[in-house]
Amino acid sequence: MSKRLIGLNLLLVGLLVCLPVVVKKDSIINLALLVLLYTSLASSWNILGGFAGQTNLGHAAFFGLGALLTRFLWLGGWPLIPSLLVGGLVAVAFALLIGFPAFRLRGVYFAIGTLALAQVLYIVVGNTLSQISSLPSEYLATYQLTPRYYLVLGVAILTTGTSYVLRKSRRGLGIMAVREQEDAAESLGVSALQHKLLALSISAFLAGLTGGAFAFYHVGFYPQLPFAPEFTFDAVMMTYIGGVGTVAGPVIGAIFFVVVREILALKIADMHLIVFGVLFILVVLFLPGGLTDAWGKARRALARRTGPERSGISFRRKGS
Amino acid sequence: MLEPLVQNLVFGVLVGALYGLAAVGLSLVFGVTKILNVAHGELLMFGGYASFWAVTLLGIDPFLSLVPAVMFLAVIGYILYKLIFSRLVKLDESVKIQNTLLVGFGLSLILQNIALRLWSADTRGITTFYSGYAVTSFGIRFPVVRVASLVIALVTLLALELFLRRTYTGKALRATVENWEAATLMGIDIQKVYLLAFVMGASLAAIAGTLVSVGYSIDPMMGLNWTLTSLIVMVLGGLGSIIGTFVGGIVLGVTQSATGFFLSQSYREVVGLVLFLLVLVFRPQGLFGAKER
Repeated sequence: MSKRLIGLNLLLVGLLVCLPVVVKKDSIINLALLVLLYTSLASSWNILGGFAGQTNLGHAAFFGLGALLTRFLWLGGWPLIPSLLVGGLVAVAFALLIGFPAFRLRGVYFAIGTLALAQVLYIVVGNTLSQISSLPSEYLATYQLTPRYYLVLGVAILTTGTSYVLRKSRRGLGIMAVREQEDAAESLGVSALQHKLLALSISAFLAGLTGGAFAFYHVGFYPQLPFAPEFTFDAVMMTYIGGVGTVAGPVIGAIFFVVVREILALKIADMHLIVFGVLFILVVLFLPGGLTDAWGKARRALARRTGPERSGISFRRKGS
Repeated sequence: MLEPLVQNLVFGVLVGALYGLAAVGLSLVFGVTKILNVAHGELLMFGGYASFWAVTLLGIDPFLSLVPAVMFLAVIGYILYKLIFSRLVKLDESVKIQNTLLVGFGLSLILQNIALRLWSADTRGITTFYSGYAVTSFGIRFPVVRVASLVIALVTLLALELFLRRTYTGKALRATVENWEAATLMGIDIQKVYLLAFVMGASLAAIAGTLVSVGYSIDPMMGLNWTLTSLIVMVLGGLGSIIGTFVGGIVLGVTQSATGFFLSQSYREVVGLVLFLLVLVFRPQGLFGAKER
């Protein structure tokens, strides 16, 4: 990371930390919280779906398990952080349980297999826990948005930070090698199964934490809700629209997703899903790099127009 | 004990026929074009609504509404293929399946929300004066509408089978399934074959959707379930065999009914999904055809 980028990120984190102090309007904080929550959701999907190239359509299962466990333990009297960790770890345990059989399936079979699995959980949870889970009145009376915001911010920083570190690490390179050419990676001594399981575990753990944060944030929801396939599809769409397989992509995708959704929801309800669907298809068809890539391309095109020398410098700098 | 059980299994067979019909459409498209159209359930839903519209607005018989519904979905299938899927068919097979899967999900989201706008979130069904009629023999009820649906499904599949076996175009389709490169070398226009297969898949979804709206009910969110059901049946029945797929549909329908009877109605869908996962795990290769690596 260049010095400028480090500075920029620190500035961004600093601004986010200061936000509840400066802004007193709950609606703004809530919006920021949602952006951060969806950032975590998309980033955690991206670790398996983007870096490892395994299109996981059952991500909601991890998110849901984290939410379910955290909510249960936390309302049962446990402190918050241990409840969150248990939620994340149970998601990992479940992920490993399904990982061995699921990774015998390649490509599309993995995708529909994970989708089917998440649907099984969705229906079973809906059947067994049909009561809405509301916060008890003593919790409701003291409900404050700010601690929720900081928890979600923490999870988002952890998720994005993990993505960044992983991408640069030896393990991360192994994971991406498996994505590019599984057989070639194996021939160089990179165990495909091991690396996929690693990506799956990290992805599941972070999704579980995100689910836990969701459970801490939400006032009342049906236990089935976080298992809904929408959470998977939203994560996939945000990641692709932002830029799949990059660190910044899911963040940009989440900002775009939540903000556009809020704007459109004001005008016409549910219209945003049509817009995102169209955009998502356009990205898959014409812009495999997503918005991050489009931004880079636009900047380079602009640089080329302003002068050939500047574009040459910027190109070399990018390569170094 | 026995009578309600048999009654349940009869209902299982009747709904299973529709599962089979839905899956044949998905399987035909996947076999020929290697497009895994996960918006198939939404196409089915659109077929159901098209017939619902035809019946309520034009006042025609629900079974007659098959004609406008099929025409409507054939046009939608044509547009979708030309607009979206034709851009993906030239890709490598694994990338193609992956990308069509993603595009399909985007598409299902769009279609779902269009349906929500057009027809609201209410559950709808088509009722006619003969909706309640049933033939009873040995204490088992056979609802006329659902039995007629079974017959229509069978006739459709028989016609499809004849088309694929006896006509030149049908043989071109089957040749493409076997080996598209060789088919191209034999002078078969692959693009046309792909388009035809996709339009036929959408039309089959329209027939299934119409029968669902007549015998059961439809709502804008039904798509995902029907897509999953079709996938399950496709895997159970194996690719390339229409009869096999149809039998797979009946097997799933009966299994669901038995689950509903012995266990609980709310676990009907789970059983199909679990069955599907078991097949996927224990037969990871060769489910959709022998050529898959």
